Amino acid sequence: MSVTTAQVTRPAPQVLTRAVSSPRQTKRWIDWVTTTDHKKIGIMYLVTTFVFFMMGGVEALLMRVQLSEPSNTLLSGQTYNELLTLHGTTMVFLFVVPVMAGFGNYFVPLMIGARDMAFPRLNALSYWLLLAGGIVFYATLFWHPPEAGWWSYPPLSSIEYSPSGGQDAWIFLIHLTGISSLLGAINFYATIVNMRAPGMSWGRLPLFIWAILVYAILLIIALPVVAAAVTMLLTDRHFGTHWFDPTAHGSPILWQHLFWFFGHPEVYIMVLPGFGIISEIIPVFSRKPIFGYKAMAASIAVIAFLATLVWAHHMFASPIPIVVLGFFMLSSFLIGVPTGVKIFNWIATMWRGSLVMTTALYYSIGMIAIFVVGGITGIFLATFPVDWQLNDTYFVVAHFHYTIFGGAVFPVLAGLYYWFPKMTGRLLDERLGKISFWFTFIGFNATFFVQHALGLSGMPRRIYTYQPGLGWSTYNLISTIGSFILATGILLTVINIALNYKRGPLAGPDPWKGNTLEWFVPSPPPVNNFDEIPRVRSVEPMRDIRRQVERATGVTQKTGGSERFARV
Amino acid sequence: MPQGRRRTLRLLCAALATSGLSLVLAPSAFANFITPKAGGSPNANQIHSLYMIILYIAAVVFVLVEGALLYSVIRFRAKKNRVAAQIHGNTQLEIGWTVGAAVILVILTVVTFVKLPSIINPPNSSAPFLESSLTEPTPPNGKRLVICVQGRQYIWRYVYGAACENNPFAAKLPYSFQTMEVPEDTTVVLSITSVDVIHSWWVPSLGGKVDAVPGYTTYTWFKAKGPALYHGQCAQLCGREHAFMTALVNVVSPSQYQTWLTRQRQDIETANSQVTALRAYLTKTGNL
Repeated sequence: MSVTTAQVTRPAPQVLTRAVSSPRQTKRWIDWVTTTDHKKIGIMYLVTTFVFFMMGGVEALLMRVQLSEPSNTLLSGQTYNELLTLHGTTMVFLFVVPVMAGFGNYFVPLMIGARDMAFPRLNALSYWLLLAGGIVFYATLFWHPPEAGWWSYPPLSSIEYSPSGGQDAWIFLIHLTGISSLLGAINFYATIVNMRAPGMSWGRLPLFIWAILVYAILLIIALPVVAAAVTMLLTDRHFGTHWFDPTAHGSPILWQHLFWFFGHPEVYIMVLPGFGIISEIIPVFSRKPIFGYKAMAASIAVIAFLATLVWAHHMFASPIPIVVLGFFMLSSFLIGVPTGVKIFNWIATMWRGSLVMTTALYYSIGMIAIFVVGGITGIFLATFPVDWQLNDTYFVVAHFHYTIFGGAVFPVLAGLYYWFPKMTGRLLDERLGKISFWFTFIGFNATFFVQHALGLSGMPRRIYTYQPGLGWSTYNLISTIGSFILATGILLTVINIALNYKRGPLAGPDPWKGNTLEWFVPSPPPVNNFDEIPRVRSVEPMRDIRRQVERATGVTQKTGGSERFARV
Repeated sequence: MPQGRRRTLRLLCAALATSGLSLVLAPSAFANFITPKAGGSPNANQIHSLYMIILYIAAVVFVLVEGALLYSVIRFRAKKNRVAAQIHGNTQLEIGWTVGAAVILVILTVVTFVKLPSIINPPNSSAPFLESSLTEPTPPNGKRLVICVQGRQYIWRYVYGAACENNPFAAKLPYSFQTMEVPEDTTVVLSITSVDVIHSWWVPSLGGKVDAVPGYTTYTWFKAKGPALYHGQCAQLCGREHAFMTALVNVVSPSQYQTWLTRQRQDIETANSQVTALRAYLTKTGNL
């Protein structure tokens, strides 16, 4: 290959745009089915997971209606158990974990200045395996849905007590979505390690990328364990082994250890990317750099490390020696420190800033407000003698909705409002967005705050009905009303998307005055992302570029979005 | 700062302070709203007081963090001529709050381990009782009443007397379902097993929950005040009728308990002999 003089004199090791054979744009479905473009795959992830989110939400509403009054006969115990299993499994495996992969798919290459993921075809395979897992799982609606809960504790999930194929479909779902996430994780890892823009050292990596990197590592650590566990469950059910069978010297506790060794890192797999999204949005709309970048990145890593050491705090009521309980209490306490650091740093980022109150920032602030409560109740639950009273009650249900809905779903909604202009080139309606925020925020708190009280007054989780006169009726009714307010909030966001994805006001490449490289390219970005990849000189490369342009032209850059929400 | 905003801020601070104060003062008023149930047994009471210590610290942290968040959202909104301070961090401050958070957790750890013995170790019975044994949670003088709790879909079975630990199905041991009869002021040790799936024994006023896991024997204890009837419920998903796997603990005086035990034993024997007679009759007539 000949090297021209022009290329030799280039100042920096810039990546040259290769001529690509551009595929025929037919806009037909076949383009989507055969695509290996990370942006299209990202959008497919997001749409698919939002459909599952809606289904999980409907299941939750059905359960809330059943519990709205004592001795309700709307649902049978069987149907209720099926719904709670579908709801938990859907939200964890088909919504929160893959929705983060959706954002990651779309924005990791854009934010690090890459033209695609490291393995584009593997990326497509990840998506199709996820969809296959979802279809296998939801197909059980036409036969027998699983009914042993999303933990599927044996012996309840064994062939004796769950003879239907629904339990096997659940195992199949874990395998399919597990392989999907594992391939995705390897892909993210390879992409982030190898394909960063020139100048983007580890100290200049956007915090969302840090979060996705650690998310990928945690997935690689945790998923093989649950894959082994469900395979053991499968062989117990059908091939005559007795791993978890107490009648043949197997141990149900073994399952609990294996499942939660995966299950607790899974919690951080769900919230760490959420932390990453928040850490991108808050500095942009505070017009301030992130407070304590190094502490923020380090705390992600420390949380991930500790996340692999706290699993047995889900098992404080199981037969485990006191000294082991003490260890898991201490490790669970410890995880509060880096989490607290993150919360303080977000608040410090807003402190003395100039807050542009967009919907994305509303959802981010809502996330902090809610997640603080989830963190505090986590301390109660980590104290194992106190957990003996609170474990398996509605207090726990409230706690993990405060952490997962607060720590992951609120950031997902924030990210949606923040990145929608980039993905579609259109702005969402901010007024409707803020209305949806208030419905979601108030509805969420109405639904889940009273559930602390329910748990404290003795209501266990996963019961399909209860007797009157136990002091639970009023709280349950409030919770049910709250859940419908919450659902309205989510629905308003969906309506917002439906109204604006084709007809919303044009966004332009950088509506928010962003800090990261995705705002450098047009909205929506072209197939190959970057013609020329800018050199990165700080953790906020787009801010540098904007300044450079402003200095060169002498004109303050107008954007299509954020000015109209700031009282400037 | 304009006058109106300052007033809003002052109002907000007042509201926060009031809600914080009410959290501190409220426990007696909203006992079952913000605290776990207690009052039936010393271990439940000790868990309750440990919970209260955490609650006070938690309330302060909650008010401070949410207050700082709310303040910064109100105070630092974008407006004309406001320039965001370009601060990248403050190492001393960051080390400060990291250490602060750690110190709170050290305090909680110490408090928990100080409280722990009174939660897991049973005290002596106040009423004169009963058997003595060297196995499992035992009060200092060794005297306690053993009741075996067997979980099964979807009812609790109770077998009375230490002999139940060898064979809960042995003949002549009195047993009952769902409602447990216990003498007051007596240290009752529960030996908990399951015959099918995992259940969880939980009567909130009498202490924390303990899983009933097939293949394992777990233990807990309580020393209940009576006369009283305590309500509890299986806390681990155990199947379709999990919601109806309830437990009642009826605390009576020791003499009433002895009377009940004798009657229960007689009733079971009578029923057994009647069933045996019926079985013999049915077998003889070829109906069985």
